[in-house]
Amino acid sequence: MIKTSKNRDKSTFSLGSKNKERLITTLIYAILIATAVFVLYPVVWIIIGSLNPGDTLFSTKFLPDNLSFKHYKEIWQDTDYPLWYANTLKIAFFNMIISTLLVVAAAYAFSRFRFPGRRQGLMAMLVLQMFPGFMGMIAIYILLLQIGLLDNHWGLILVYAGGSIPFGAWLVKGYFDGLPRSLEEAAKIDGASHTTIFFKIMMPLSFPILTFITLTSFIAPWMDFIFARLVLRTNENKTLAIGLFEMVTGRGNTDFTKFAAGAVLVAVPITLLFLFLQKYLIEGLRAGANKG
Amino acid sequence: MQPQNESAAFNPRKNYARIGALLSLLFMGLGQLYHRQFIKGILYALLELYVLIFYSNIFISSIYGLYTLGENVQVRSRGKIVEQGDHSIFLMIQGIIALLLVAIFIFIYVNNIRDAYKTGKLREAQAPVPNFKQTLANTWEKGYPYLLLSPAVFFTLFLTVLPLIFGIMIAFTNYSGPYHLPPKSLVDWVGFKSFADLFRLKTWSTTFYGVATWNLIWAILATATTYFVGLLYAVMINHRKIKLKRFWRTIYILPWAIPQFIAILIFRNIFNGQFGPINKMLVDLGLQGVPWLSDPLMAKVTLVVVNIWFGFPYWMALMSGILTGIDKEMYEAADVDGATGSQKFWRITMPLVLFATAPLLIMAFAGNLNNFNVIYLLTQGGPVNVNYSYAGSTDILITWIYKLTLDQSQFSMASVVSILMFIVIASLSIWNFSRTRAFKEEDMIQ
Repeated sequence: MIKTSKNRDKSTFSLGSKNKERLITTLIYAILIATAVFVLYPVVWIIIGSLNPGDTLFSTKFLPDNLSFKHYKEIWQDTDYPLWYANTLKIAFFNMIISTLLVVAAAYAFSRFRFPGRRQGLMAMLVLQMFPGFMGMIAIYILLLQIGLLDNHWGLILVYAGGSIPFGAWLVKGYFDGLPRSLEEAAKIDGASHTTIFFKIMMPLSFPILTFITLTSFIAPWMDFIFARLVLRTNENKTLAIGLFEMVTGRGNTDFTKFAAGAVLVAVPITLLFLFLQKYLIEGLRAGANKG
Repeated sequence: MQPQNESAAFNPRKNYARIGALLSLLFMGLGQLYHRQFIKGILYALLELYVLIFYSNIFISSIYGLYTLGENVQVRSRGKIVEQGDHSIFLMIQGIIALLLVAIFIFIYVNNIRDAYKTGKLREAQAPVPNFKQTLANTWEKGYPYLLLSPAVFFTLFLTVLPLIFGIMIAFTNYSGPYHLPPKSLVDWVGFKSFADLFRLKTWSTTFYGVATWNLIWAILATATTYFVGLLYAVMINHRKIKLKRFWRTIYILPWAIPQFIAILIFRNIFNGQFGPINKMLVDLGLQGVPWLSDPLMAKVTLVVVNIWFGFPYWMALMSGILTGIDKEMYEAADVDGATGSQKFWRITMPLVLFATAPLLIMAFAGNLNNFNVIYLLTQGGPVNVNYSYAGSTDILITWIYKLTLDQSQFSMASVVSILMFIVIASLSIWNFSRTRAFKEEDMIQ
């Protein structure tokens, strides 16, 4: 790595190279610290904002006179926030289960079986994932309206799950392709069925990519704004994304501190989940997208 | 070999395959009955009868509806609806659903003919014809992948393919406010008129070219800045003298971990021109507040800077892995040849990193072309641009489409723009994908 470049420096300018190196190290530390401030500022600011005694953005101070937890109490008691939280959790949970099942089953079929129509199917998936998601928005709206799933959580779950298939199936298929087939063949000789092979051999081997798919499909509903706003109409059905968006765009930011408290309560669990599983996320994304 | 089927034994040279296929073409299941596969034949025949009796009328009227998009205009008198009239958009969706179902039926029909042909071939070869139980077992074995795929196919068909077909068809109609909005009025097929309007009418073309240009600049800037900033930090943290590598990486990965929409909304407040903390601080210092989000140029700069905050952690995490994986002997060899630090970076590190990340880089570029969240949640396309129709200064195509659809009811124009955008993104992605190893190694040809 960079290590060797410094060795060379030492040999050519033996005098002053120590100083030069110290200068570089100091410079890097300075940049790293400055960046850390830039990175952490919004995070710290929103946490402090949520603890500010005032209500508006204008009265929010970086160093408030005193801290208070009243906004956490307020959003929990005076707004529909707990309801939005429960809605989002429900949608996220069912989307996770349905998406994962659909994606993994499709990926397994594409990766381990050779059947007529496979090639066309793969190509179709590839092309479908490139369409801008809401090109079909009007149609989805009318479709849900006709089957009575508009302003219904299940309607939204179906939309999410359906949308996750093309990209997810490609990614997981890429990962499955990289797994050795010898184990399965041995199991097949021992008389194991496809289903057994899948659950007993494929699933344990593909832990990173399964983590990736379950986690992304769990997180997606917390982030999505477009479809949630399209499908969910009434206040009691809203998800957090819409609720929080309306809190800061609605009326002159008078609810800023409430928004801050709400944002912290969403961000903390998701962020922790992400940091905890980041190894799998990076690995899964790289393995699936690039395959080596 | 003892033939199980008697007729096969009596007429060994009869043309079973062709006759079976012809009979099945005439009516589903006839060929199977001819081959004495009674249960299968009856099931096939029942399916066709069921579809013919209960659905043929619905199919025909749905497809007719798709063709005409409705003929009876809603009649009102004194503000009250006297006659409902046809709803063109419902008719259109019904028509597409009918077409999809007909396609599925034709697929089954073709399979029925193929099956009759294959069974006939078996009989010609004097092989035993499978009975129903064997057929079921056979279907289970061969149809397993289809069974696995069917839920995904069903979901994709109705939630992705159907809406897309609909979205594309809209481009060829005049479905738009204020004069062609059902249920009040009908929608008609107009061919390529909306495409022509987009390029010919000044109001549309100015907006389209303006928005598309910024869209391209945005995608290039957003991708390039995050990529190089990510690389820079990966290299710096990897420096041998830097301690607490894990600590720095964890801090820098935070922006990636925080839910993006929340972070964007936080930035929206931080950069608030009137009440935001940055401007408040500037005013306290006796300086002028900066119009972070309300000046067209400044808003664009703010967008790119905020996007660096979101985007660089991903590249940093990815490149840290790649950097540690580079063979150190290469640098040692370069040292022997007397290469300088920057030479080593540009000739060894950079090409290797670029090679490993090229497909992801292009994917990120395509993603940034469509980066709805950052633009819409931060500026909502604003500030206002008086030269544009229904778009603001920082709108990219996708947010413009969103506004055209949800706020302005300009459905057909929105659809035209999305088709054009899709063509660009799809060709980029397919070109990118066809170069990856995943594609080349894929045994597409069996």
